[in-house]
Amino acid sequence: MRLIAENLGGERGGERIFSGIGFALEKGQALVVTGPNGSGKSTLLRVIAGLLPRAEGDVRIESGGETFPTIASACHYLGHLNAMKTALSVAENLRFWRDFNGDGQLGVEEALETVGLGGIGHLPFGYLSTGQRRRAAIAKLLVSHRPLWLLDEPTAGLDKASETRFAGLMARHCAEGGIVVAATHLPLGLDGAQALVMGSPSPLWGGSIREAERGGGLL
Amino acid sequence: MVSYDNRRSPTPALRADPPHKGEGEVLALVLRDIRLSIRAGGGALTGVIFFLAVIATIPFGVGPDLKLLARIGPAILWIGALLACLLGLDRLFQADREDGSLDLLVLGNDRHMLALTVLVKCLAHWAGSVLPLVVAAPLLGLFMNMEPLSIGATALTLLVGTPAITFIGAVGAAVAVALPRGGLLISVLVLPLTIPVLIFGVSASYGAVADPDPFLQPFLILAALTLFLAVLGPVAAALALRHGTD
Repeated sequence: MRLIAENLGGERGGERIFSGIGFALEKGQALVVTGPNGSGKSTLLRVIAGLLPRAEGDVRIESGGETFPTIASACHYLGHLNAMKTALSVAENLRFWRDFNGDGQLGVEEALETVGLGGIGHLPFGYLSTGQRRRAAIAKLLVSHRPLWLLDEPTAGLDKASETRFAGLMARHCAEGGIVVAATHLPLGLDGAQALVMGSPSPLWGGSIREAERGGGLL
Repeated sequence: MVSYDNRRSPTPALRADPPHKGEGEVLALVLRDIRLSIRAGGGALTGVIFFLAVIATIPFGVGPDLKLLARIGPAILWIGALLACLLGLDRLFQADREDGSLDLLVLGNDRHMLALTVLVKCLAHWAGSVLPLVVAAPLLGLFMNMEPLSIGATALTLLVGTPAITFIGAVGAAVAVALPRGGLLISVLVLPLTIPVLIFGVSASYGAVADPDPFLQPFLILAALTLFLAVLGPVAAALALRHGTD
């Protein structure tokens, strides 16, 4: 399986945020997207997921087989929001996403233990702290199998120990043949990790056209 | 800190779920939405209380003319139920949008059609928020001095007709999902489109008691409207949601 982006451009509200992004990720590889606020990291991830239309270029999955023909069917998207219902318990939330997304992988309890939330599955999601909520959302990545993880600031609100643990989870996902695209400043500690540095923002918020600069290890 | 290195890695044996498509996902979504509508903040009771308030007010406004009340009863029940239906519609997709679930539901489009997801959400919304109105309608019919046959006919037409209102409302809710205070806009968008449902629902209710008027024909048209909108509504709403993500 390969994730390929060619000359990708994205816009928000008619303003071009970035253009000319290209990369190719083999299975087991990771792409770390960095850049200052407003440089288009979130927009890039949403464009890759297909939640925003592409302004130009192409992004696709190759040789995903019958199970994962498209990016939408092959990806876990973890955005700024946790996509969990505060009125339901943590376990109910996870069980729902496991059933809805299909391709069940870890059990709910097991996934919660992996993110260090073992034994609190019965609590309503609304009772958790910010960091615990984020960890529960990360457990969502583990209950269903998806080869491609699209992560937008996945460690926001996490403490140091949880960050390290999550870096380990990403590394393990890559080691098992997955692909990770993450907008994060966290060092992944992976040999094959590529870096994409988005251009610096203009003085005005959401300003003029910006070319993304390319980091090392890219096409 | 849990060490993940020596944890079991997910092997094919752990992936116990068969590669089924459809049933499991659908059932999970229905259960979640019904659970949410029952729990605190869900709003299953809000509609019933609003319905009760509307119907209980009418006799005070109309006056103690029992014959008149019985005559306008079916129409008043239908109007009350229609307005109560519109009350909770704005939360149909907005709640999912606010916590980020909507993105994942849209991404699921490639596995199970988004229109199917919308249909399932509509049915769960109907079961959680609108069905209580249908159940409450016979009781409220007593307020209007309606005879048992008339009450039964009105409850039956409400049972058959209210899903159509939910399906039309889903389109309005999908169009207005990005608007922070879309509730009123949805009502204004949806209300004119629900008029045919109201007309045939009320005329079937009258047909059951007023002798020369037919019951079956308007009732069948009402059922046809519901079936037609069960297809058109979710497809249109899915289209609006697909292009509404930002």
